[in-house]
Amino acid sequence: MIIPHPLLGPRDAQEFVYLGDACLIDRPDGMAEDSADAFHDYVYMRDNPAGEHRELWYHEQGDRSWLVVTRDTVTHRILRAELASDIARQRGRGR
Amino acid sequence: MSQINRINSGGGLIDRSKTLSFTFDGRTYQGHPGDTLASALLANGVRLMGRSFKYHRPRGPLSAGSEEPNALVELRAGARREPNTRATTAELFDGLQADSQNRWPSLRFDALAINDRLSNFLTAGFYYKTFMWPRAFWEKVYEPTIRHAAGLGRLSMQDDPDAYDKGFLHCDLLIVGAGPAGLAAALTAGRAGAQVILADEDFRLGGRLNAETFTLDDGPASDWVAATLAELAAMPNLRLMARTTVVGAFDHGVYGAVERVADHLPEPEVDKPRQILWRVYARRALLCAGATERPIAFANNDRPGILQAGALRAYANRWGAAVARRVAVFTNNDDGHRTARDLLTLGLDVAAVIDTRPDAPPGAPQAIGYEVLPGAQVIDTAGRLGLSDVTVRTADGGMRTISCGALGVSGGWNPAVHMTCHQGARPRWEESIAAFVPGADLPPGLSVAGAASGTFSTAGALREGAAGAVAALADLGIDCQPAALPRAEDAPVTITAFWHVNGKGRAWLDQQNDVTVKDVKLAHQEGFRSVEHLKRYTTLGMATDQGKTANMGALAIMAELTGKPIPEVGTTMFRPPYTPVSLGTLAGRSRDEDFRPRRLTPSHRWAEEQGAVFVEVGNWMRAQYFPRPGETHWRQTVDREVRATRSAVGVCDVTTLGKIDVQGTDAATFLNRIYCNAFAKLAVGKVRYGLMLREDGIAKDDGTAARLAEDHFVVTTTTANAVTVFRHMEFCRQCLWPDLDVQLISTTEAWAQYSVAGPRARALLGRIVDPATDLSNEAFPFMACAEVTVCGGLRARLFRISFSGELAYEIAVPTRYGDALMRALMTAGEDFGVTAYGTEALGVLRIEKGHPAGNELNGQTTARMLGMGSMVSAKKDSIGTVLSRREDLDGPEPLRLVGLRPVNAADPLVAGAHLMAQGAPLAAGNSQGWVTSAAFSPHVGSAIALGFLALGDSRKGEIIRAVNPLGGTDVAVEVVSPHFVDPEGEKLRA
Repeated sequence: MIIPHPLLGPRDAQEFVYLGDACLIDRPDGMAEDSADAFHDYVYMRDNPAGEHRELWYHEQGDRSWLVVTRDTVTHRILRAELASDIARQRGRGR
Repeated sequence: MSQINRINSGGGLIDRSKTLSFTFDGRTYQGHPGDTLASALLANGVRLMGRSFKYHRPRGPLSAGSEEPNALVELRAGARREPNTRATTAELFDGLQADSQNRWPSLRFDALAINDRLSNFLTAGFYYKTFMWPRAFWEKVYEPTIRHAAGLGRLSMQDDPDAYDKGFLHCDLLIVGAGPAGLAAALTAGRAGAQVILADEDFRLGGRLNAETFTLDDGPASDWVAATLAELAAMPNLRLMARTTVVGAFDHGVYGAVERVADHLPEPEVDKPRQILWRVYARRALLCAGATERPIAFANNDRPGILQAGALRAYANRWGAAVARRVAVFTNNDDGHRTARDLLTLGLDVAAVIDTRPDAPPGAPQAIGYEVLPGAQVIDTAGRLGLSDVTVRTADGGMRTISCGALGVSGGWNPAVHMTCHQGARPRWEESIAAFVPGADLPPGLSVAGAASGTFSTAGALREGAAGAVAALADLGIDCQPAALPRAEDAPVTITAFWHVNGKGRAWLDQQNDVTVKDVKLAHQEGFRSVEHLKRYTTLGMATDQGKTANMGALAIMAELTGKPIPEVGTTMFRPPYTPVSLGTLAGRSRDEDFRPRRLTPSHRWAEEQGAVFVEVGNWMRAQYFPRPGETHWRQTVDREVRATRSAVGVCDVTTLGKIDVQGTDAATFLNRIYCNAFAKLAVGKVRYGLMLREDGIAKDDGTAARLAEDHFVVTTTTANAVTVFRHMEFCRQCLWPDLDVQLISTTEAWAQYSVAGPRARALLGRIVDPATDLSNEAFPFMACAEVTVCGGLRARLFRISFSGELAYEIAVPTRYGDALMRALMTAGEDFGVTAYGTEALGVLRIEKGHPAGNELNGQTTARMLGMGSMVSAKKDSIGTVLSRREDLDGPEPLRLVGLRPVNAADPLVAGAHLMAQGAPLAAGNSQGWVTSAAFSPHVGSAIALGFLALGDSRKGEIIRAVNPLGGTDVAVEVVSPHFVDPEGEKLRA
């Protein structure tokens, strides 16, 4: 597979390490009332779509960027690759 | 022996001016450059080349290419002996040695041919039924016997002496196959200036044009091929790759290709690899892989001398090899007649063309030189070790026996669609040629031209090849015109399917795995009707040829039996590789000591000089212990190193620990979130032990974080987790808190670090650290850290931390000074009796002190199990804290870290032993925990261990058992504190 790195262009997937669903960005607040339930879902509940899937890849043999790669799990077609930090900010994460 | 079946009228693409000698089963033969092993043997009158897998039937080549099921040999001798090599693709060289396989005692007389007589008991699935009882016999008797009787070649059982490489190529257009379509595509794309790779599995480019007597324009096809190749070879933008099989189409335009660099030589040239596995990054690819001729099944259709009709004329046209002087052809299409005409032209005797079509093109023998039997079928054959006669049922029902030494069989051609299906697409049935052709959803960027797409005429192949190149380049924004093409035959090809002749005898479909029409019928009868079940029940298509000549016929028969059309029966999946790839090629250079990178610490050479024994820790080589003269057992060495450290001072290389530099105004906030214990208020100049959890609450790693400045920390990780902890920290930084002002960099390789431990540690360091630093306990207490200078101005970092429980420091210097520092420490401490210790002593010291390490932090451990439950801060949100508080995380009888000591001091303890109550029956259900780490403690004077024990924190003083059923030991142990040494921590604070 070839991953179109947003900063470095097309890179072989062998340079990356795969983590999993990009929903891992949405870490719940550990101090909230319902944190036990929220963390249960965060750690253990995953969709397993046949089709478009947003997932986290780490360019370990490269610039160490975490990327959110949107990939079709049926065809392996990659639709997008974005910096995870940008996505995290879009989803309201900051400090 | 002379080449009795070499056609002497000349011709062929072999160099008759040179003669090569080779042996087959010990007998010497001659051939010519350009021959394959199969063509040379056939020219020498040898049709019998092997025995079949199950029934040990005599077999000769069926094909003249890589689809060959039968003619498998062991090639070469000694360490280079390679089993299951196809004689049809093995290029002849002088001195080649080949031996037949799966026969005993000899190829001509094979005792196990008795299996053929027992075939009624050995049908498909026989091993599921016949050998079911008694059960224990399967492993001990039946399976070894069957494995001995069935089989292919033998491995050499020696190390492979050859090297294999891996390489990377990039191109605009990869053309797979150099037949008419591929050559036309290459001309078109090459002239347009695109970066082109043209790869073909054959050693001679040209594909089917090399095997035919076509004319292109007004000359022989070989002239056009030669001129084309000359032009292509001169193009700097085009790479011609003969002997290169493209084995798979992978995601995003990545293709795997195996180049056989040296298989045509007795051995590889010096410093050259035998084969190269290429990873080809192709923006577009054009599959011009041609088609495979399929046989017709009829009784005893597997005798040596029965070949694909196209192979029969390929041997004659390309190699000047007649399989026999008198031949016949059995066909359902016009192509079979081409074989008859070509062989006749070369002076062979064509006995008859048996054509299944009642309306076969007629022709009187006087006019066309051979007899045509329309509407006839071959119903049986004869000949013990090779074909002698065929029995034909003529259209009027009469029987004829025709004597011939070779029979060419043509049931039509199957386009080589394999690569089009490598990413899940299914082929489409094309009724006009009764074959599967490439379907929709091809791998992105791949298109197909020529016979591979079902276009069987030469002109059609040329046209499609050129057009395919134009279209592929247009996709890339490169405009070009199709190359001017030569005039070529353009006869329309239509096929009416004819799969098998009805009859009583066994009719072979898969010759390599010995699957017959009867086996397919049996599979149907027993309910294995889906194509995937059929395959697994009969083993159809599961041999090294992957059923290239077999699958289609079997599918067709299953379709007949189920009353379904063939496309509804479907095909099995086509998966890479297209042809077998040796494991050595896949491994490449990653073997032996190059299997993976080896990391050495800066003082590795010093340790070597001391005679250290090394141990692999991940990629690192670490000194395990340093034996001295007179020490005969590693335990003596380790005990000495431990004692010296506890009584004087020891030095250990701890460079391999992961080191991560954390900087930024939010560095403290960041660490406070990734460690479960508090870090926000750690003072500058202090170190703290830190426990990292996974988000599910399980311990991930431990280490220390030293605050060198307000905005600067140095984090250490365990050696094993250095990479994953850094990855995790980057995840937290980028994905969870992207706006924290914090930066990370791994400095594991930037700093050499040494532990200096023992009562004389301060005195020793006083001789190394420059006087500006006050090392007194008041000025530099336990858990202090500082940036200092050593040896007269060299910058260093000093940490007062202890893994051993002794007064201890870790000192780090830039990597290039690591060796010098180690030598300086050992010299400076000579009068203290300074002792270098390795990982083994390090382990003993930390077990004595009760520090957890990898065995305890095994991915199943909670902070509470480690006795660190109170460290997990409830006042903050850090990774893993929420789920670490789950009530049931530890279960109803929570495991706790304990120390263990044998009641009888002489008893040994081993890690992995189960902990059980005294008197409990020896059963897994009675296990109450396990020993995680064990060692002999010189300090205690017996073996000691750490372990996890149910409710262990309230069981001190209890006598239990450490049971090791694998080693047959059952030792009474006392539950004690895990801190065997200095439980109050007085030494390390001294």
